[in-house]
Amino acid sequence: MAVTLVTDRVPRRKVRDRHHRGASRWVVLALVTLGAVIMLVPFVFMLLNAFKSPGDYSSSGPLSWPTEFYTKGLKTYWTEVNFPLKFWNSLLISGSVAVLAVAVSLFNAYALGIGRVKGRLWIVGLFLLANMMPQEALIYPLYYAAKEIGLYNTQLSVIIIFTVIQSAFGTYLLASVLGTFPRSVLEAAALDGAGKWTVLRRVVFPNVRPTLAVLLIFFFIWTWNEFLIPLVMLIDNSTQTIPVALASLQGDRLMDAPTTNAGALISLVPAVLFFIIFQRTLSRGITAGAEK
Amino acid sequence: MALTQTSAGPQRPAVRPEPVRTPRKRRDGGAAYWLYLLPGAILFVLVIGVPLGGTLYLSLTKWSGVGDPTFIGFDNYTRLFQDEVFWTSFKNTIAMIVAMVVVPTLLGLLLAAVLFDVIGRRFKPRTAAALRAAFYLPQVLPVVVAGIVWGWILRPDGAFNSLLDVIGLGALQHDWLGDPDTALPTVMAVMIWVQIGYPVVVFMAALQRVDPELYEAAEVDGANWFHRFRSITLPQIRPETFVVALTCTIAALKVFGPVFALTRGGPENATNVPSYFAYYTFFKKLQVGYGSAISTVLTLIIIVVAGLFIWLQYRGERQDREV
Repeated sequence: MAVTLVTDRVPRRKVRDRHHRGASRWVVLALVTLGAVIMLVPFVFMLLNAFKSPGDYSSSGPLSWPTEFYTKGLKTYWTEVNFPLKFWNSLLISGSVAVLAVAVSLFNAYALGIGRVKGRLWIVGLFLLANMMPQEALIYPLYYAAKEIGLYNTQLSVIIIFTVIQSAFGTYLLASVLGTFPRSVLEAAALDGAGKWTVLRRVVFPNVRPTLAVLLIFFFIWTWNEFLIPLVMLIDNSTQTIPVALASLQGDRLMDAPTTNAGALISLVPAVLFFIIFQRTLSRGITAGAEK
Repeated sequence: MALTQTSAGPQRPAVRPEPVRTPRKRRDGGAAYWLYLLPGAILFVLVIGVPLGGTLYLSLTKWSGVGDPTFIGFDNYTRLFQDEVFWTSFKNTIAMIVAMVVVPTLLGLLLAAVLFDVIGRRFKPRTAAALRAAFYLPQVLPVVVAGIVWGWILRPDGAFNSLLDVIGLGALQHDWLGDPDTALPTVMAVMIWVQIGYPVVVFMAALQRVDPELYEAAEVDGANWFHRFRSITLPQIRPETFVVALTCTIAALKVFGPVFALTRGGPENATNVPSYFAYYTFFKKLQVGYGSAISTVLTLIIIVVAGLFIWLQYRGERQDREV
């Protein structure tokens, strides 16, 4: 990113308006750039050491340039951890949660925001509270129940739990969005003889699709990054998600420094790719609620 | 975020509840809407309601997870308030609030204002966008991955100590996470790194809706940058500041992943937090009743803090309307 910055700066315009005067703006730029570089340093360390051989690492330390382009650390992590399987688990869990939680949120919000069922304020408050609650307050009974009914160590258990936790937030958000839905549109649809289901499918859903897309992406990322509940529920190598797999390898003899870095590097690639692909939707999501 | 994420990670988007209007009249067929609430309600009761009740009940028992729980009343709570580890963990929560709320919000306000007002307007917009992305990047990765990388960087033979050596500060080399005196400040520093991007991005988005004419007028009046920051930027983005503070405080109270990945609460509980303390009590010490009491107290604190925040916001908005 620092590179883009330099190239951006080179074709310096000779604009003489008041915005482009003064030396102090260069000082400010230098300070902020320094801050940004500090933010990126850990990533540089990770990249530098993910491609070193253990021998190279122990002889020349963490700061030197790799003497050779060593990819065995990456391969070791990839195969020992069975990364493709972990990736699939994360994808399956986060994808299912995102879709199911959006659907549940929409149904709940339809009843609360458009149906305005009795006591909806309390119900919305309850959902909001559920989302803020520490997961420790739920985890032991959930763990115990999952063991009793045979869902322990299955992806399904984690999918069900996060569908509820994420949709608690989605309900809160969507109920307030649908609370301002133009009544005239609904009434017109009702006059045309549309039932509740048709109104939801043909009128409400197309209108809130952008919000649903933002929710879908957020649910996906939040679930992807979740740690406590997957850590407790998924003990088996064959069911674990990427963060749990990486954490359970910590302190393992297999994980020398280059392999740790290679593992971290591989583990963050999906998150970064996802971020780049959906950056626009995400920033729209962040601003969506911020507008009056 | 931090997002948190809850822990951090991409954070909850900044959203405020819209006031729900009261219906003019109760429509026919209102009952049909309950059908749509049914699946969500059943799931909610099964996954949130019942387990929460279970934790409340278990907090009044002594149980190792096998056999039958023994009812012991409030003994767990009495024990909790005499437990040094419990008080340490809550003291550390305050440190986490400093590292995840106070510092990122203040730094984020300053950075967002500088990026928007100075960099964004006096250099190309792409410069500001690139810098913003650099600050936001840590928010994207799973917080456990960030924790593991930092854990390695801060090891005695890790990159940070080597860096100190290279720049001639070798005398400062230290086992940053292994020394009880430095472990907590070190974890705090990592959390600032994780969290900073969230307020920066939210505040920059917020600044986009501020009318530029306000700044122009102030500039014509001869207000310098700090005047404008204090009397335009800060008041204009107060709603976003509030949302950031609330979501980050909740995330700080619940923080688990980074502590697990960096220190597992050690050394000597120097970095223990209520979440990790509860997890450890449940699954390592197998004291389910006691762990439930910790979780219950943590839940109560979160409810009180969230309630307090929402009350403050409500009061602030009412005062604004009256002015």
